[in-house]
Amino acid sequence: MNPSILRAVMLGALFAIAAAGCERPPTDMIQRGYRGLAMDQVYNPRTVAQLQSVNTVPPASPMVDSGGPPASSVYHNLQVLNDLSVGELARLMVAMTAWVAPPDQSCAYCHGGADMANDDNYRKVVARQMLRMVQHMNSDWHTHVGLTGVTCYTCHRGNAVPSFVWYQDPGPAHPSQFAGNRAGKNAPAPSVGLTALPNEPFSEFLGDEATNIRVVATTPLPQAPGAPIKQAEQTYGLMMHMSEALGVNCTFCHNSRSFTSWDSSTPQRATAWYGIRMVRDLNAHFLEPLTATFPADRKGPLGDVAKVNCETCHQGVYKPLFGVSMLKDYPELAGPHAQSPSQ
Amino acid sequence: MAEYQNFFSRVQVRPPVYVGVPLSAGVWRRQGKGSFSYWLGRIGDAQIGPIYLGTLGLASLLCGFIAFEIIGLNMLASVNWSPIQLVRQLPWLALEPPAPSNGLHIPPLNQGGWWLMAGFFMTTSVLLWWARMYRRARALGMGTHVAWAFASAIWLMLVLGFIRPLLMGSWGEAVPFGIFPHLDWTAAFSIRYGNLFYCPFHMLSIAFLYGSALLFAMHGGTILAVSRFGGDRELEQIVDRGTASERAALFWRWTMGFNATVESIHRWAWWFAVLCPLVGGIGILLTGTVVDNWYLWAVKHGVAPSYPQVFPAVIDPATLPGAQ
Repeated sequence: MNPSILRAVMLGALFAIAAAGCERPPTDMIQRGYRGLAMDQVYNPRTVAQLQSVNTVPPASPMVDSGGPPASSVYHNLQVLNDLSVGELARLMVAMTAWVAPPDQSCAYCHGGADMANDDNYRKVVARQMLRMVQHMNSDWHTHVGLTGVTCYTCHRGNAVPSFVWYQDPGPAHPSQFAGNRAGKNAPAPSVGLTALPNEPFSEFLGDEATNIRVVATTPLPQAPGAPIKQAEQTYGLMMHMSEALGVNCTFCHNSRSFTSWDSSTPQRATAWYGIRMVRDLNAHFLEPLTATFPADRKGPLGDVAKVNCETCHQGVYKPLFGVSMLKDYPELAGPHAQSPSQ
Repeated sequence: MAEYQNFFSRVQVRPPVYVGVPLSAGVWRRQGKGSFSYWLGRIGDAQIGPIYLGTLGLASLLCGFIAFEIIGLNMLASVNWSPIQLVRQLPWLALEPPAPSNGLHIPPLNQGGWWLMAGFFMTTSVLLWWARMYRRARALGMGTHVAWAFASAIWLMLVLGFIRPLLMGSWGEAVPFGIFPHLDWTAAFSIRYGNLFYCPFHMLSIAFLYGSALLFAMHGGTILAVSRFGGDRELEQIVDRGTASERAALFWRWTMGFNATVESIHRWAWWFAVLCPLVGGIGILLTGTVVDNWYLWAVKHGVAPSYPQVFPAVIDPATLPGAQ
């Protein structure tokens, strides 16, 4: 081969390898903080267009009359939604079928057989718990979901199991006792934005026994032994997850010159703080209590139920479904105030 | 006709291999007879070897090989001994130091013991190589400047992997052996200690790093620019300054009013390069041992400016009543 052609091919190949991990320009930069602080949000317009095409809201079914007989006087074993009219209940059930159940199974996905009151199908028991959970989020977690609220669709998007859930990490498939300990990190993990950071920060921070996320010293000089660097890596992993889940940079919430300072943070950081508490609450009080309800094939490799993290709702967008509220079309999901969840 | 003028000449001379000055009596001879490489001749001297291995060199290579093998085989074990996965995941793989709970104890092999062992052999290898550089410089009757510059880099390495973990009382404070993992560690280290950019020694280290690049560019550019007058022939220029040195000196006196000399520019460069890891190591050593949050330290001492708040006041929700 001609040497100059060979050289050009080799240079081209080198460039292709070097550029493989990059996104091609142009990108949009949106300034957030005071000038000069580099508090920009970087958006790739092609990624945003793709997210906008996926994160859309299905058309709401027409409202029905709230008059008529209450559903509880017609149906048996109605433990939630028993303040709705028969028409309202039917409308919501149809909507939930479209949001969650596989199209070919429809009502029968949860209601086995002719007796709609029968609780033998585990999916119906789960759905009841999920309705309690949604009402709980919409009534008790305004600090995170605001008045936009959530519906089943926020997470499910037509899937029986939401696309983004987490299970406890069982570790490598072939663990060796002798060598090659990854220490729960050092693998290209999508859960933490393909970094080598701790792969599964969820059990530690979003499970029922959550440890403190804050690792940065609060005094200039050492007062007491602080967090080890490995603990900081754990927090870093969770933050990478949040960044990926919301499709935002660190500076959406933080001024990166001092991640821990609240007086230089954005209001979104407080929203995220409540979001973390909300996720812990949902995992501990609504999802983990379903451990005995779910069949084994719905559980993770360590036998734990599917749990939520930021991505379960957000799915790559800073506000789920770009902030469009479906709750206003389904006001029954905003309340009544949730009864205590079944344990 | 082509002329041999300076090191950018396309002409490569092919004299008989030069074996170097006579060695004093010792066990080791120089290895090999020497050869020529056209491609290396394009970027430097075309002659390869002979090389002096020596006891220190051999011991250093052996220790380095052991460290390399421990790290590499652990990485291979972590992908279940799959060579394909080793290549695919290599940037992510690492040999991890022990957990913080281990303190300074010697842990089981797979819980950081391999890391401790790899660190020991790597450190030994580097120190032996340092001694070899020192001894070879003395054998040639040279000064030991290169060895001491190397020692500055070794200082930073020892602070990161040995001295600071020792002072903090935990091997878990040290750096993992891995490409991305050691970068993640660096970022986590800075975040944990409130942003290392506010550490004055880190600032100095950056200044010396960028300063080294600047000096290198200035010096390299100057010599290349006067090489057409023989400026690259340093020996002749020192004995008889001639027009090349005169022009180089004039150039800088005209452009910035001051010029370094043929000798002092090398002292500038040496000190900038040496001070970069030297002060960096001091900064790392103080982090966590003496200072816990460099940002708050900088605020306390009036280093960090404050900026106008553009958002509504944000309060830490954990400080509000009823916080979980």
